[in-house]
Amino acid sequence: MDLLQILHDLIFDYTLRNIALGSAILGITSGVLGSFALLRRQSLLGDALSHAALPGVCIAFIVSGGSKAPLVLLLGAAASGWVGALLLTVIVRQTRIKEDAAMGIILAGFFGVGYVLLSLLQQSAGSGQSGLDKYLFGSAASLVEADVNTMSVLAGLALVITYALFKEFKLLSFDPGFMASLGYPVRWLDILLISLTVIAIVIGLQTVGVVLMAAMLFVPGAAARQWTNRLGHMTILASGIGALSGVIGAVISASAERIPTGPAIVLTLTAFTLISFVFGSERGLLWAWLRQNRTRREIRARMALPEGR
Amino acid sequence: MSAEVTIILICSLVALCGALLGPLLILRKMSMMTDAISHTILFGIAMGFLLFKTQDSALMIVVAGLTGVLTVWLSEAILRTRLVKEDASIGIVFPALFSIGVILISRYLTDIHIDVDTALVGEVVFAPFDTVMIGSIEISRALLTMGILTVIDIAFVVIFYKELKLVTFDAGLAMALGFAPVILRYALMTLLSVTAVGAFDAVGAVLFVGFVVIPASAAYLLTDRLGRMMGIAFVFGVFAVLSGYAVALRWDASISGCIVMMLLTQFVLVLVFAPHRGLLAKFLLRRRQRWIFAEQMLVVHLHSHEGHADQGIESAAATVHEHLHWDTNFAREIVRRARQRGWIEQIGDALALTERGRQAALQAVAYRN
Repeated sequence: MDLLQILHDLIFDYTLRNIALGSAILGITSGVLGSFALLRRQSLLGDALSHAALPGVCIAFIVSGGSKAPLVLLLGAAASGWVGALLLTVIVRQTRIKEDAAMGIILAGFFGVGYVLLSLLQQSAGSGQSGLDKYLFGSAASLVEADVNTMSVLAGLALVITYALFKEFKLLSFDPGFMASLGYPVRWLDILLISLTVIAIVIGLQTVGVVLMAAMLFVPGAAARQWTNRLGHMTILASGIGALSGVIGAVISASAERIPTGPAIVLTLTAFTLISFVFGSERGLLWAWLRQNRTRREIRARMALPEGR
Repeated sequence: MSAEVTIILICSLVALCGALLGPLLILRKMSMMTDAISHTILFGIAMGFLLFKTQDSALMIVVAGLTGVLTVWLSEAILRTRLVKEDASIGIVFPALFSIGVILISRYLTDIHIDVDTALVGEVVFAPFDTVMIGSIEISRALLTMGILTVIDIAFVVIFYKELKLVTFDAGLAMALGFAPVILRYALMTLLSVTAVGAFDAVGAVLFVGFVVIPASAAYLLTDRLGRMMGIAFVFGVFAVLSGYAVALRWDASISGCIVMMLLTQFVLVLVFAPHRGLLAKFLLRRRQRWIFAEQMLVVHLHSHEGHADQGIESAAATVHEHLHWDTNFAREIVRRARQRGWIEQIGDALALTERGRQAALQAVAYRN
């Protein structure tokens, strides 16, 4: 498949266009919000909260009387992801259980509850609920225009709020103590940022599924981090890397046989990250290695002088 | 052996292994490594099958052990570059390996029984019907595997208990004394991986994390001793297996899902009601401390003005709240409590200290110095 053909399909092929658009939206949103998660050492939050979203999808499906409207299910997912995030905060703040264990509890516990609900739905509704397990493993191939529209509305909302409160979130990520001393409502901003992260996660459920959402959220940020020391640049770069990985993954998955979209996107993203680790202009390993070699030579040269006397 | 007993036994053995390894992992802040390993095992199983064309349990366990070590090693290699923090280094490795596993399975291994669905949540219902013969005894393959793994886990923890304890609580000291924390860590991770693959068919990757992390965390809120923590975690685990199985039967729902649901329920109950460390106990303690502190404030206030010219103004029952900057109702309640304690008495309109109140005031001040 040549490049022109791919471009043509991206624009005119209904299925591929939806998949690529959906993946790109996901990449942009998680790139921005994941950058904050990375800096706040909450990289694995995406993993925990994507699992925590599962019961919400099932409950929304039951409460709405079997609605499969993407908005309804995504709101359910967001609600239970949010409850998970809140419980996580309570456990970490109020007990001596550390963040990693708290995440494990939320991740496995909520997922267990969600899976019980899913198995109940499966036996009561027969094949009627078949739309639900795509939230489990992600199936980008089944994205339709309604899904993409819902995703872009949610993503737009999250991005506008993040842009409006960029300064506050920046301060929150780097120095929450100082922020509290300035009189900002740190706790509320913390909850708001986590809620926006939940939105980013929920957008990804349908595309890459719960497991791979772990990487989708923060890995674009981790790649972007190697190229810059400025948060603004980092978020823009991360959303670019996220979007590009989404589109490339979608194209790979469409052009090769039996390569699911989610894994294709995540592997593309991993490749970008490894490239950034080596060549990243700000922190790349290659430059550090060259620098170290040069310094070593210089020191050796200086050491050689007294000997030659 | 009936199918029911077999299922309960398998799940209880998973719970036992979780109770042995879980405390060691959560105390070392390695819970998410459990999550990572339980996912990368899918990659291990896919690779093992591609290379050796067999799903032989023993081989799979060896492959899984290697995969676990690979996961830990890759994460640590990324961490050593210092380009990202520890959580991120784990999060980069396991989704990538998991993705490769999924692609391998969907491209080359469509005809074998692994599907990603059961990989995540397992299906213990069929375990009793997949049997092997040992001598003349027919035994479930999953039960046999889990049984052997449990024996290995118990042996490891019992033999190296002292070393594990030391490494868990003070890795620096362990290093200085000549123990090898790195080797022990890799041993623990290898053990975790092989246990995870044994539990894989029964409870799946995600729910295995629940068996390891949830009961250990609940136990952590109840005790300060490592051995007791393992014991309590085991009791929680088995109780969840029994009650979860009963619920699953009644609702006709996923067994492993119900067990983990019960584990979560137990944890939330412990979180709220645990003595000393529970939310409720902490709330009550904080409230009591607030009252006691205010009562002490009151007697100290009265004491510091006792015998001075302004005693009449500062100690009037009607206006004392103004001097302490308290709400009227709050002040009234504090006065009531202090009188009940026998620290103060009301003479006319004035509040006066009793001898015991004076002692309490002196003690409060001395305590704060």
